[in-house]
Amino acid sequence: MTAVKPGLGHDRIVIAHGGGGELMGRLIREHLLPPLRNERLAALTDSAVLPWPDGELVFTTDSYVVTPLEFPGGDIGRLAVAGTVNDLAVMGAEPVALSLGLILEEGLPLAVLDRIVASIAGAAREAGVEVVTGDTKVIERGAGTADSSRGLFINTAGVGRMRRGVQLGLRRVAVGDAILVNGPIAEHGLAVMSVRSGIEFESTLRSDVAPLNGLIRDILATGADVKFLRDATRGGIAGVLADICEASQRSVEIVEAQVPLSTTARHAAEMLGLDPLTVANEGKCIMVVAAGDAERVLAACRGNPLGRGAASIGRITDAAPPLVELITRVGGRRVVQRPYGEELPRIC
Amino acid sequence: MTDRVAQLVDELHGLCRDVGRRIQVMEVCGTHTVAIFRTGIRSLLPANLRLVSGPGCPVCVTAQRHIDAALELAGRPGVILATYGDMLRVPGRSGSLERLRATGAQVQVVNSARTALDLARANPQSPVVFLGVGFETTAPATAATVLEADRDGVENFSVLMCHKLVVPAMQALLDAGDVPLDGFLAPGHVSVIIGAQAYQPIVAKHRRPVVVAGFEPEQIMRGLLALVRQVAEGRAAVENVYPGVVTADGNRVALELLRRVFVVADAPWRELGVIPQSGLELAAVYRRFDALQRFELALGEDEGHPLCRCGEVITGKAEPSECPAFATACDPLNPIGPCMVSSEGTCAAWYKYNRVQGPGAQRVPEGQR
Repeated sequence: MTAVKPGLGHDRIVIAHGGGGELMGRLIREHLLPPLRNERLAALTDSAVLPWPDGELVFTTDSYVVTPLEFPGGDIGRLAVAGTVNDLAVMGAEPVALSLGLILEEGLPLAVLDRIVASIAGAAREAGVEVVTGDTKVIERGAGTADSSRGLFINTAGVGRMRRGVQLGLRRVAVGDAILVNGPIAEHGLAVMSVRSGIEFESTLRSDVAPLNGLIRDILATGADVKFLRDATRGGIAGVLADICEASQRSVEIVEAQVPLSTTARHAAEMLGLDPLTVANEGKCIMVVAAGDAERVLAACRGNPLGRGAASIGRITDAAPPLVELITRVGGRRVVQRPYGEELPRIC
Repeated sequence: MTDRVAQLVDELHGLCRDVGRRIQVMEVCGTHTVAIFRTGIRSLLPANLRLVSGPGCPVCVTAQRHIDAALELAGRPGVILATYGDMLRVPGRSGSLERLRATGAQVQVVNSARTALDLARANPQSPVVFLGVGFETTAPATAATVLEADRDGVENFSVLMCHKLVVPAMQALLDAGDVPLDGFLAPGHVSVIIGAQAYQPIVAKHRRPVVVAGFEPEQIMRGLLALVRQVAEGRAAVENVYPGVVTADGNRVALELLRRVFVVADAPWRELGVIPQSGLELAAVYRRFDALQRFELALGEDEGHPLCRCGEVITGKAEPSECPAFATACDPLNPIGPCMVSSEGTCAAWYKYNRVQGPGAQRVPEGQR
């Protein structure tokens, strides 16, 4: 028998490795976790929880490389604050302080830097955190064509204080739990795409980028039985739902007609051939809540400007094998999978 | 709207029951393939109505020799290769444009031929090659861009011509006669350009119904219903259930652009070989914008992967699950064939919407076999 010649493997990083999909998962599992192996890292949660005198410390880091630097509804600075704050908040922590690492490319206009730093300050005020330490490096302008210049990259780390009595984790997810989201999906990814070189299209879409710690504080303050929270960034809500399904070994059933999606976003996604479930958000959080508490959590969401469009979109079921399934608008069913990498807009 | 669709589903079930035998129709276009999965329509169809995917995904039908030529050009010093994003991962003999970009080649994603021309204007010292892929939907834009390059004398711009025509491929399938087909669901967007009457030769020669439909669930259901009704009544006609958008004669301006800039020529299709009069080449007066001529490059041969059955998949002879490589050696991370690369490829659609998570595991909902 002839040997099976597999498709071309990867011996270099390609863009899709950063897409938050299956390819990135493999990169982390095969190239990062083995040499660095330890119990806390292996959990692959949004933040690490460390024992600390008088409670627990929650610690996270994230880097931001978005292009363009400024996009409808936000910019890389707001994104950096919101992203790190949200990674702490979905763990159940109250964010306390951030670090700010700036990597600046030569040629970046200072006016752009000033706008972005002002945006960082604004987002930090909004989240009630302070930037308490930082670092700045300058690199040479990227070689190649004129538009290869990227301008600026940001890394932020954040620490937070774990709230007492909060127990969040996928192991607590049970059959019957409700799945909620705090508002319309896919807006960040589509808004950024609408101004990205090579794809740009006319649109009123704006990124939803926002720190969610205030909203999550409101939700947890209800005392509802909240089982799991995760911000649905790269990979979209499909990625988070796949995480829930895999880790809990329970099926997830989502009702398409209940998933909040603006008409503009739906049309933009259709035009680009993208599934809105897989498009990035930066101000949306998937919540798994005991069914009986769903209404209470939705009410708390709707009382906050960042949760006005909150909705219950589905539930955890005991269907086997464990799958994420979507009941479509026309009453059909289909599987929802984690995107495998950067989703590419289609040709025709 | 859901009620209307439910009513159409009921009607379709009734009609298919009346016909009794298995009815096999081909959705020609990848956009239909994906819409039928994504909207869950596939799970609502009668058991004896089988949909097979056709050669209407531009990524999937681009010959490997064209990808190889693109790789060769992108690898030359100074050359900027501009391409639609979904061509990035299509494997050629020696890798893909995505991998080549990772080694430093200048491969730029563009959303239009026009953007590629802008790139040429912005980089006058670099030759910019646009990978001209697609059917009659994207070809007029390439034509308009070539005219603009000619008018403005943007001499560092050229096109690697891979544009193809939909109807000759449908005819070639029927001429080959090895896939039983009761009719075609024809793509709305291509039909906007070519007009519903363009399918008349298929009806005249092969007596198969062709129904032009849009991409919304209700439009697709109306299209399927019209097809099955013709089958039930023993008729074969071109029917347009997308009126108001698609006309009988198509878009005259776009067709005139095509006539002015291109000539119809024999063209190689991935896994299908050369189909007579199925592709577009630059007309003699614009030949200097032809990348192959500009760079004195000749197309090579396609070398199919021994496991890949993409050719059978895009001609309706095999379903993705019948390919030994599907979801085992070939997946979206490591695609062997183009049908797994394109978001509108049949294999990618099956992988994404019709496969249980976990290695190799699959589930086909009831009513699809």
